[in-house]
Amino acid sequence: MKLTVNGVPRSFEAPPLKRLLDVLREDLGLTGTKEGCGEGECGACSVLIDGELVNSCLVAVCQADGCSVLTVEGVARNGDLAPVQKCFLDRGGAQCGICTPGMIVAAHRFLECGLPATNENVREAIAGNLCRCTGYAKIVEAIQLAAGQRS
Amino acid sequence: MIPVTSARSLSEAYAILHQRPRGLRVLAGGTDLMVAVNARAGLDRIGHVLDIWKVPELRGISGAGGSLRIGALTTYTELMRSREIATHLPALALVSREVGAWAIQNRGTIGGNVCNASPAGDTLPLLLAAEATFLLGGPRGERTVAAHEFFVGYRKTALGADELLLRVDIPLIEKSHLVYRKVGTRKAQSISRTIVAVRKLAPRDVRIAAGCVAPIPLRCRNAEKAVAAGGDVRAALEQDITPIDDVRATAVYRSRVTGNVLLRLLG
Ligand SMILES: Cc1cc2nc3c(=O)[nH]c(=O)nc-3n(C[C@H](O)[C@H](O)[C@H](O)COP(=O)(O)OP(=O)(O)OC[C@H]3O[C@@H](n4cnc5c(N)ncnc54)[C@H](O)[C@@H]3O)c2cc1C
Ligand code: FES
Ligand code: FES
Repeated sequence: MKLTVNGVPRSFEAPPLKRLLDVLREDLGLTGTKEGCGEGECGACSVLIDGELVNSCLVAVCQADGCSVLTVEGVARNGDLAPVQKCFLDRGGAQCGICTPGMIVAAHRFLECGLPATNENVREAIAGNLCRCTGYAKIVEAIQLAAGQRS
Repeated sequence: MIPVTSARSLSEAYAILHQRPRGLRVLAGGTDLMVAVNARAGLDRIGHVLDIWKVPELRGISGAGGSLRIGALTTYTELMRSREIATHLPALALVSREVGAWAIQNRGTIGGNVCNASPAGDTLPLLLAAEATFLLGGPRGERTVAAHEFFVGYRKTALGADELLLRVDIPLIEKSHLVYRKVGTRKAQSISRTIVAVRKLAPRDVRIAAGCVAPIPLRCRNAEKAVAAGGDVRAALEQDITPIDDVRATAVYRSRVTGNVLLRLLG
């Protein structure tokens, strides 16, 4: 099977129903993507497939064969934190960190799509990403800060 | 290891259906099926998986010829973005926005919602009230089944072992108006406690359907008749529905709220 992950073509063998999440972590060594619930509820495993946000715990790898995947490792640029990641640090949008990779990927997708960063829009964009620590306000602020810096 | 066939065309999919491998399961967006696979629920009953995600014939929406035709693989995101849906049946775009959250909307399909046949499937009351028909197809040919005949028991459908759902067709009726209300626990990512849809053709000519109030998504014909006759709609609805107690709500709550929501939708 073939995937382009964070811009790099990769080929590997895997059982077709293996979760994309496990292929990323076990076969491709990209452990930034986390598992929370394994049932689509928490968003810790969020990645982009061909630019669209998905829960990688619900995608059988055979369905991603030939696609482009972006993980949290690919949001950073040449080893430097991306602006949105710096905003999370700045605003205290990460505490224990379990939700953070998924949040960053969802935030990245939100910023890409160019919707105005109103409280409502940001909350809708991260509605599938659960956080037990921050109470969300600081995450929303961080994303709004990043949106402000882009425009 | 469960064998998987990823079909790239309808004829490739039909070739597998024709062989009728034991324990065949269809995989569309996977937002229901993968949850079960991950939980190892019923895995022993899955003998072969037919992955249809890349079958182009099952995608696309068209509004030509007096009906809205929605390919089975159409995702919630596509329903939300479609100009045809916005023009002819905006309620279906609105309900899609209430299903899960972005990641689920990008993978979950209308066909998966229909074939999963959960009494809490959010599009199903809308499809029932809109008198949708389902086009089924397989190596033996195609046939059309009305939505109210498709759901035959708790998570049981009229789909044959060698059939796929190909398309959802909704008759476009001039001046009719489809409205619905979903009552969940919170705005996003929540399974409905109750959901009611009403298609209004004329003030006393309506189609009513509800979810989470019976083993199947339900067309509420007694309530429809009460509206036509100017009778007691709430009492008639009680005769249609058979709600149960579960973790999300009690039966008494469901029947009260479903009645309230229906009366409000009827206006
Ligand atoms: C976190 C989360 C939140 C959710 N929120 C909601 C919600 O708010 N409302 C709601 O209604 N649902 C919700 N769901 C359930 C699910 O997303 C929907 O039911 C979705 O429409 C299923 O579509 P799918 O393509 O992913 O189905 P799949 O999982 O691929 O398939 C579901 C079933 O249908 C069969 N099937 C699929 N397509 C076909 C076809 N064309 N022909 C024959 N059989 C077929 C499969 O064999 C399987 O049995 C949620 C799920 C998750 C994980
Ligand atoms: S681990 Fe995938 S959504 Fe929770
Ligand atoms: S920072 Fe701990 S779950 Fe979000």
